[in-house]
Amino acid sequence: MSLLLIVALPFLGALLPGLMNQAGRAACAGVTFTVTLAAFVGLLTNLPAVMAGDMVTFRFDWIPSLGLNFTLMLDALGFFFATLILGIGMLIIAYARFYLAREDNMGEFFTYLLLFQGAMVGIVMSDNILLLLVFWELTSLSSFLLIGYWKHLPEGRQGARMALTVTGMGGLAMIGGMMILGQIAGSYDLSVILQNRDIIQESPLYLPALILILLGCFTKSAQFPFHFWLPHAMAAPTPVSAYLHSATMVKAGIFLMARMWPVLSGTPEWFWLVTGAGLITMVLGAVIALFKHDLKALLAFSTVSHLGLITMLLGTGTAFGAMAAVFHILNHATFKAALFMSAGIIDHETHTRDIRRLGGLRHLMPITFVIATLAALSMAGIPLLNGFLSKEMMLEEAYRTELFGPWWMVPALAVFGSLFSAAYCFRLIGHTFLGPKRDDYPAKPHDPPAGLWLPPALLVVLVVVIGVAPFLAEPAVKGITSAVLGGVVDVPTAYFKIWHGLVPALYMSIVAVVGGLIVLALFNPLLRLWDATPRPEAKTIFEGLVEGIVGLAKGLTLPLHNGAFSRYGAVMAVTVIIAGYYAWATGTVGAQTRVLQPAGGIEIAGSLMLVAATLGMVFLHRNRLLSLILIGIVGLMVSVGFVFFSAPDLAMTQITVEVVTTILLLLALNFLPNETPIESTVLRRMRDGAVAVAGGVATMALSYHYLLRDAITSPISEFHLANSYKGGGGTNVVNVILVDFRGFDTFGEIIVLGIAAVLIYALTETLLNGPVRARLLNRTPDKPLAGDMHPTMMVVMTRVLMPVVMMVGFYIFLRGHNEPGGGFISGLVVSIGLVMQYMASGYSWTTQRQRYPHHGVIGAGVLIAGLTGIGSWFVGKPFLTTDFTYVRIPPFNEFELATAVLFDLGVFLAVVGAVMLSLDGFSRLARRAHVEDSEHAMDINPAREDQETPKGQGA
Amino acid sequence: MIHWLVMPVVLPAILAPFIILAARYHIGIQRVFSVVGVLAMMAVALGLAIETSDGTVMLYQLGDWAAPFGIVLVGDRLSTMMVLLMSVLALFVLLYSIGSRWDERGRHFHVLFQFQLMGIAGAFLTGDLFNLFVFFEVLLIASYGLMIHAGGNARLRAGVQYVLFNLLGSTLFLFALGAIYAETGTLNMADLAQRVQLIGAEETVGIRVAAVLLILVFAIKAAVVPLHFWLPSSYAEAPAPVAALFAIMTKVGAYAIIRVYTMIFPVDLEVTSGLHGTWLLPVALLSLAVGAVGVLAAKKLDRLVAFAVISSMGMVMVAVALFTPESIASALYYMVHSTLAAGALFLIVDLVRQSRGHLELRIDAPVAGAALVAALFMVAAIAMTGLPPLSGFVGKLMVLNAAFDTEFNAGPDVWVWATVLIASLISVVGFARAGSILFWKAQSDAAPVPETEREVPSALSFAAVGGLLTLLIAHTVFAGRMYDYTTATAAQLFAPDRYITTVLETPGKLSDPSVGGYEEEE
Amino acid sequence: MEFLVASAIGILTAGGLYMMLRMRTFPVILGISLLTYAVNVFLFASGRLTTGAPPILTDATVYADPLPQALVLTAIVISFGMTAVVVMIALGAYLGTDDDHIDDADVPKEDAT
Repeated sequence: MSLLLIVALPFLGALLPGLMNQAGRAACAGVTFTVTLAAFVGLLTNLPAVMAGDMVTFRFDWIPSLGLNFTLMLDALGFFFATLILGIGMLIIAYARFYLAREDNMGEFFTYLLLFQGAMVGIVMSDNILLLLVFWELTSLSSFLLIGYWKHLPEGRQGARMALTVTGMGGLAMIGGMMILGQIAGSYDLSVILQNRDIIQESPLYLPALILILLGCFTKSAQFPFHFWLPHAMAAPTPVSAYLHSATMVKAGIFLMARMWPVLSGTPEWFWLVTGAGLITMVLGAVIALFKHDLKALLAFSTVSHLGLITMLLGTGTAFGAMAAVFHILNHATFKAALFMSAGIIDHETHTRDIRRLGGLRHLMPITFVIATLAALSMAGIPLLNGFLSKEMMLEEAYRTELFGPWWMVPALAVFGSLFSAAYCFRLIGHTFLGPKRDDYPAKPHDPPAGLWLPPALLVVLVVVIGVAPFLAEPAVKGITSAVLGGVVDVPTAYFKIWHGLVPALYMSIVAVVGGLIVLALFNPLLRLWDATPRPEAKTIFEGLVEGIVGLAKGLTLPLHNGAFSRYGAVMAVTVIIAGYYAWATGTVGAQTRVLQPAGGIEIAGSLMLVAATLGMVFLHRNRLLSLILIGIVGLMVSVGFVFFSAPDLAMTQITVEVVTTILLLLALNFLPNETPIESTVLRRMRDGAVAVAGGVATMALSYHYLLRDAITSPISEFHLANSYKGGGGTNVVNVILVDFRGFDTFGEIIVLGIAAVLIYALTETLLNGPVRARLLNRTPDKPLAGDMHPTMMVVMTRVLMPVVMMVGFYIFLRGHNEPGGGFISGLVVSIGLVMQYMASGYSWTTQRQRYPHHGVIGAGVLIAGLTGIGSWFVGKPFLTTDFTYVRIPPFNEFELATAVLFDLGVFLAVVGAVMLSLDGFSRLARRAHVEDSEHAMDINPAREDQETPKGQGA
Repeated sequence: MIHWLVMPVVLPAILAPFIILAARYHIGIQRVFSVVGVLAMMAVALGLAIETSDGTVMLYQLGDWAAPFGIVLVGDRLSTMMVLLMSVLALFVLLYSIGSRWDERGRHFHVLFQFQLMGIAGAFLTGDLFNLFVFFEVLLIASYGLMIHAGGNARLRAGVQYVLFNLLGSTLFLFALGAIYAETGTLNMADLAQRVQLIGAEETVGIRVAAVLLILVFAIKAAVVPLHFWLPSSYAEAPAPVAALFAIMTKVGAYAIIRVYTMIFPVDLEVTSGLHGTWLLPVALLSLAVGAVGVLAAKKLDRLVAFAVISSMGMVMVAVALFTPESIASALYYMVHSTLAAGALFLIVDLVRQSRGHLELRIDAPVAGAALVAALFMVAAIAMTGLPPLSGFVGKLMVLNAAFDTEFNAGPDVWVWATVLIASLISVVGFARAGSILFWKAQSDAAPVPETEREVPSALSFAAVGGLLTLLIAHTVFAGRMYDYTTATAAQLFAPDRYITTVLETPGKLSDPSVGGYEEEE
Repeated sequence: MEFLVASAIGILTAGGLYMMLRMRTFPVILGISLLTYAVNVFLFASGRLTTGAPPILTDATVYADPLPQALVLTAIVISFGMTAVVVMIALGAYLGTDDDHIDDADVPKEDAT
């Protein structure tokens, strides 16, 4: 079967359990089992090729230019691990079907399990190391989900997060390592990398790559100092512990070290790091395991210890070490999975995993007793069981290894480790099964249904078979070993038999076993000693670390992002000023190319007035009305300046906009408090002042700088001056630019106005339909309202003025193309005229007489402008292309008619509509805020009988 | 038809006022028109992308005036790609806002939405700096409207800050434009690129300051630290679909920086040496870190996502700042990824809010039927934090790879690698914490959320989210193709001559065809 | 004269920045308008200063640079729209919370995380 299919099957199958969930537990487990079985069979179909020694591959280009391709390969090593994953997987699935309780969501469980399975198979079959990374992280994710499967257990959540954090960190480190490795080797394909041992080991980047990759392996395989997450992962359901955390996932790191063995091993760095970490882990794990009372915790630490053992063997860099490692991987997988399942059975039957509450179970659970005992003895290294053989090899290898000084160091440590290993195995058997039967078990223990004990039983059969007839395993192990060695060195012709004669290893393991028995005999005093000695609790340290980091993050982030706009603004201003200053300071200033123009008294007076108004505003800004008046003066001076510097259009626009803005702000001020209280400290104000002065100096310097110099080449506006009449048909170049050369800007601009109006309208609606409405209704104006809000004089005046204003607006509009003026200005003028009616005669009176909805006006305006633009399409010209002609309607003089005028009309309408709609929004708020309303134009009207004056008519 | 290029702008610009005129009281009609409009824009954008995919540079001279005197729209691989990305995102966001009935909670949602699209599209397409300003204003004011859509005190307060901050940004933009016009006498980007070459070494302050101001303006839009402060609260307080749409707005800033950086002020330009070429990378790394730390620190889910956006923008800017063809290509790939991921996440945040009634990251009573939401969140989080197998991981690899290539086998750029990897670890932890708090039932002593505060998300909402996630997966599966595309795009950016000549030498009204552009005027 | 204009720009900017850093929405908005004046003049001055030669085509030979004028005109109108919007939103926020502080930090009840 294609490798792709083998990898893909579990992923695709992961959909099924969820679907089959309703169909019942048996169906759910059945479908999962079938999927795994299918993948397993597919794997087996590749057995002949693998045994023949050739490499099965699959290739699919994913991101060739990045070197990340979906390439798979299958050799003996990969095959071996795949068999473990899928084979044990099937047993676990069968076991889990009976283990999981009714209320557990089985579909979810098996989905996660299959995801994990697929990722794991992917790891061992990847040819591309980046692809391997993908699967690597996927195992971290799926184990995160599986550990946290029992969501009601807080320790499940914590354990899951811890596992994800630690392995995730390792994974990220490994990304770095793998990429460096790939860069050195010039390819991310393992098949290529494995050929480049020398290049890699000579590269200066070898060490960083090695360290980063080992970080990944150690975290995954729970090597010291990253061993602490594994025991906490035991919060997961037992099948998960047996599968991920003893048989497969934790072996991923081992697998990778074996995979990379040909290119990475053999250097002193490798030897020191790997063997060192392995040795420490082995001893540490064994010692801790002995004193654990929770069966699963004991097994967890023993797993840590055995992983350390394998790591150590890989670290020595000898062929024999590699072979021993491979053999022990196989053996450990068999007896450890069996033990975990037995622990699960005990938990399941007695409802406790606490060894201190167990004992004498052999009478009640004979089958479980046999299974567990055989597996445990094998782990302890008792002859005729497979654990013995690989442990012998380990001791022999250790005997030949020198590290950390004297020759006896490593062997001694190895013996010490296996001594404790034997001790906890004996304790497991003794304290759980042997001894007198007790009557205080939490539940009535008895052997479980076959579904639960059969899977471990099968494994134990393997344990015994290999143990008795090692030669059966020999070819397989040697084949795998040769795959590990990758042709760097030859497979040792070592012997797979039980009796090796009186070799040191034999004495060492005798010492270990006997010592183990002695230690167990002395268990209670030792335990007291152990409990007396203070130890760092990894979990608290880790949690504390994470919480500390989170606290730090909060401390760094929250105070900075507390919504203090005044600080945000200051930060931004300072950043801009500093950056600008840096650019200025590192640049060169050339000579002045323009002559200064003299300034007469009027100019000086004008600018002084501007300065005075600005400063006055800054210092008197607490009185809001006053500051509003002052800013009006500023605007006035600016527009005068525009007139002076020959920009009449600007001046007119500025003035009219000024008026409208002021009205608008007045309306707003009608609600807002009239005073701004003093809140900022003197220091704060000085800071702001400093920022302000710096900014002022900056803009002043910049503008003064270019006012004294010409642009590097003549500005593009020369073209506009030259072609305004020829091409735009207008003599007012500014207006022609607005409606023709850069009509698109103007188009965008009226749309901005339109949006503004629509926005304000929408907001008003929202406010008036929200809680604000009530506030407004209950609001009492802070100032007494004028008795006569709509004085007759004013009403009359505005009525008279109305047509005049309209005329003026129309005139300004028409002349716009050739003289100062145009759509904007006339639009603003007209809207001012309308606003006057509102102010004079009151809102309702005016609205009643206003025929067109502002919405419509805006929409029409924008549409007209847009359609004018589109119109030019029909003559095959681009958007907004203008055309013009000269017409003569007697008795007028000949005047020029440009399509731009239509566009300008759109502008005009949009402006009027926008201004009106915006002010309308404010007025409606104001209106809602006051009490009564009158449809009469005048409060005092001689024509009216009723003389009562309606109070509080606003806007 | 020769008018395709202007369509993404004109289409919504006509549609929106039409809705105002004809259908301002009929939400149903508005929805129909809005969806149809977005679909049409998507079709147009797709056409443009295909048109330009062979390296063609499309030019549209508005008012028939030749650049630099008139305004031109320019369609090259980059701009059309961005427009397409925008329209795709817009479609799903629109569907969600309809499905979740967000668009009914205030007036004129669809009008503002269309105008928003118009502004963004214009910003991507225009070849004129002042016109870019105008379109920035269009998209900003539309975004103000969308951001405060449906009101609410917290939202309005955040809205005030958002608007004011951007007003400052616009003011800065005008300062930059004034300086640029004063120094070079032009506003057209291509023309500017040429005129900048003429500036001698004896007189550089003006253009240097102008360049810095311009980059700063775009940095504000791209939320580059320390100019990012506007982002968290406005994205968190904005209505979910709007926040999702905003995912493309930060990219406008990134786009502009890429454009200006590659075409006008490239790193090897003498007069602007030692400016953004030097400072962009550090601040980009800073943004990456600040964002990741913020993810870990956030107390509410919407804030968390907002900081994730800052972080991913940092990632984009890192790639941009490395300034090699590879890195720009990775930046573009990552930009697409982060747009889709952020969009999806903000929508999912809204789903969470609907089912929980609030977004506080605290242990809370179990929520019935949150499994689907949890799964969606998981997928989006995996993508956002750059875990395998989704595009975030691929993009991260690309950036790391590019960081390697910048230094010839002297090893990787250690700072970049360290920051990128550590930052992604931090955000993984942050998202894992949030996810396990939200979705893994805790001790149920907390009172269950009252039904009144809950809503049941509609199928359409889920469909919209699913659509975005599907796109993410496609972006991963076809990463090879996408990367080739962005690589070609980067190549085009690094060889801007074709762009410049197309813009400047295409004759328009009254410009003598024999000599291109404006030489006759000089 | 150039100096006068430049200093005017400087003063306006400084005043605007100072007001922009105040604590309440109203002065901040005024500050923004001051900054708008400053930048409008700045942009206008980028066409250099010309007196008595408006860009209305006559038989004159020298004209003021029309382009910045057009740009400023656009800018003025846009900023008008923006001012209207920000005033309205600020008003809405004030009416909702009876508080026109610009900083969330000053509002205890708001979760400012």
